Amino acid sequence: MKYEGNTHVYAIDNIDTDRIIPGKYTKTLDTSIFANHVLEDLDPEFAQNVQTGDILVADNNFGCGSSREQAPIAIKSAGISIIIARSFARIFFRNAVNVGMPVIEVPRHNIEPEDKIEADLSQGKVHNITKGEVYEGTKMPVVMLSIFNAGGLISYLKKHKTYAPS
Amino acid sequence: MGKTIIEKIIANHSEESVNAGDITIVDVDATMATDTTAPLAIKSFEEMGGEQVQNSDNTVLVIDHASPPPNEQVANLQARMRSFSREQNTHLYDIGEGIGHQIMIDHKHVRPGQIVFGADSHTVTHGALGAFATGVGSTDLAGIWLTGQTWVKVPETIKIEFEGKLQPGVTSKDIILYLVGKLGISGATYQSIEYSGSATNEMSLASRMTLANMSIEMGAKAGFVDTEGLVLKEPFEHIQPDEDAKYSEIHKVNVSELQPQISIPHSPDQVVNASYVENTPIQQGFIGSCTNGRLEDLQAAAKVLDGKKIHPNTRLLIAPASKQVLHDALEDGTFAILTKAGATFLTSGCGPCVGTHMGIPADEENIISSSNRNFMGRMGNSKSNVYLGSPSVVARSVLHGML
Repeated sequence: MKYEGNTHVYAIDNIDTDRIIPGKYTKTLDTSIFANHVLEDLDPEFAQNVQTGDILVADNNFGCGSSREQAPIAIKSAGISIIIARSFARIFFRNAVNVGMPVIEVPRHNIEPEDKIEADLSQGKVHNITKGEVYEGTKMPVVMLSIFNAGGLISYLKKHKTYAPS
Repeated sequence: MGKTIIEKIIANHSEESVNAGDITIVDVDATMATDTTAPLAIKSFEEMGGEQVQNSDNTVLVIDHASPPPNEQVANLQARMRSFSREQNTHLYDIGEGIGHQIMIDHKHVRPGQIVFGADSHTVTHGALGAFATGVGSTDLAGIWLTGQTWVKVPETIKIEFEGKLQPGVTSKDIILYLVGKLGISGATYQSIEYSGSATNEMSLASRMTLANMSIEMGAKAGFVDTEGLVLKEPFEHIQPDEDAKYSEIHKVNVSELQPQISIPHSPDQVVNASYVENTPIQQGFIGSCTNGRLEDLQAAAKVLDGKKIHPNTRLLIAPASKQVLHDALEDGTFAILTKAGATFLTSGCGPCVGTHMGIPADEENIISSSNRNFMGRMGNSKSNVYLGSPSVVARSVLHGML
C-alpha cells in the first residue's frame, strides 16, 4: 500500500493523546467532533489546514498517555493518510492498526515541512521525493500486518472470529 | 532459561512457553471498560458480529470518567452501557461507585497471577497485586469480549530495587515521581517493570497501587510490585521471578534520602524536589484519581489540614477513589476534618483528572494534583498549569496558597 501526499511535520517528541484529542471531546461516537478538534492544543490551525491524503510526521513516542482509541480515529477522520514517526507509544500503535489508520515507524529520516513524501507500507520504506532520499521503516509483527491488511481488527475478527485462524 | 514475572504469567495463559520478544495468544481472565471507552467497544463488538460476550461474569463496565454525566450526549452513552450490561449479563458499576481500577481490586475481579485487559491506560494499577494488567483501546477490548483471548508481545523487563526507609511525609507517590523523572516518559516503552526491595515490602496495598499505576507514565506495558509483604484476605500464590531471569536494565534506588517530589508542567517526567518550586502560587488543589484517591491519601491530607483552613485564594477538590473510601473517611473522621478545612467533596470517580467536568481550571491558573498526568490541556484547559505531587504536598500547598 502506497501513500503519497504533503506533510505536516511536528518535529517534537512525546505528542500525547491529550494533545491529539483532549479528553473533553472523547465522550461521543461522532467522529466529526474528533476531526474538528484533532491536535488543537498543539496546532490550533491543523484541523482547518489538513487536506485528505496529507501525511503526519512526528518524532519519538508519538501518542503516549491514554489508551483512548479516539486518538488514531481523530487523525484518520481528519483525512491523514499515514502517520510517520521515529517511534510510537505502544497502545497508540496497536489502536491505529486496529482502526485501520496506517502508521509506520521510521527511526531515521530527514523529512522537513513542505517535503513531498511517498510511504510504502508493504515494503516498509518511505521515499522523500523532494530530497530524493529513501528511509527504512521498522517491520510490523505478522499478526499486526494481518489485522492491518484485513482493514482493521473489526473486519479481521468479523471474518475469522478468532486470533488463531487455521 | 529463567523467567521474569511477566514471562511466567503469560506462559501460564498461553499454549507456549514464551520468553521476551515472542508474540503469543493468551486467555484473558477479566476485562474492564469505562464510560470513555465502553461505548466505542460496544459499537466495535456489534460491528464484529458479536452476539455473546465471552466470560461475561468477569467483564466489568464502570461509569467513572464523566460521572454523573455533564450533558445529554454523555448521558445517552452511559444509558447504552447499562442496556448492554443487562443484555450481556456483565457487571456494571454505576455513577458514584468509584474508579474502575479501584473497583476491580476491591470487588476481587482481579487476583494475583491473572491477566486483565482494560480499556484504560491505568489498568497497569493491578500490578500491585502481581497481576499482568494492561491498557488497550476499545476495539482490542471488543476483540477480547468476542474471543476471550488476545495477542500479546512478551515484553522485556526492567528491575527496580527500592531500598531504605522513607522519611516522614514522603510516600510511594514521591518514589514513583522520582522514578518517572529518572527514566523519562518513554523510558520503559514496550517493557514491563518489576518493583522490589525493602521499601516496597513494607508498603500497604494502596501505596503499591500508586507505584504500579504510574508505570504507564514511563510507557510500560505492565508494572509488578513484588508481592512479598502483601497481605490479602485470602491466601494467594506469590509469583516470583527466577533467580536467573534476564532483565534489560536493573536500577537500585535508595529512598532514605528522598524528598517530596513535584512534577512540573507539562509532562509527568519533569520532576523536581518540591523545594525547587516552592512559593509557586496555587489556585486549586485536587486529591483523588486512581493514583492517590484512597483512604490513606485522604488521611495524609487530613493530617496536614487538621484544625486549619485552606488559603482563601485556593480551592481544594477531593474525589474519593470509591464509595467505600468515602464511607471509611466518613467513619474515621477524615471527611469532617477535610470539609471543615474547606475541602469540597466530589462524586467518587475520576473527578477533574481527565478534564471532562467538575473542576476545570481557568486560564493561567496553577493546579496541584495528586493524579498522574499533567499534559497540556489534561484538566480541560490548555492555558492552565498542572503540577503533580502526593496528597500531603497537595494539602500543604492549598494551606499556604503556594507550592
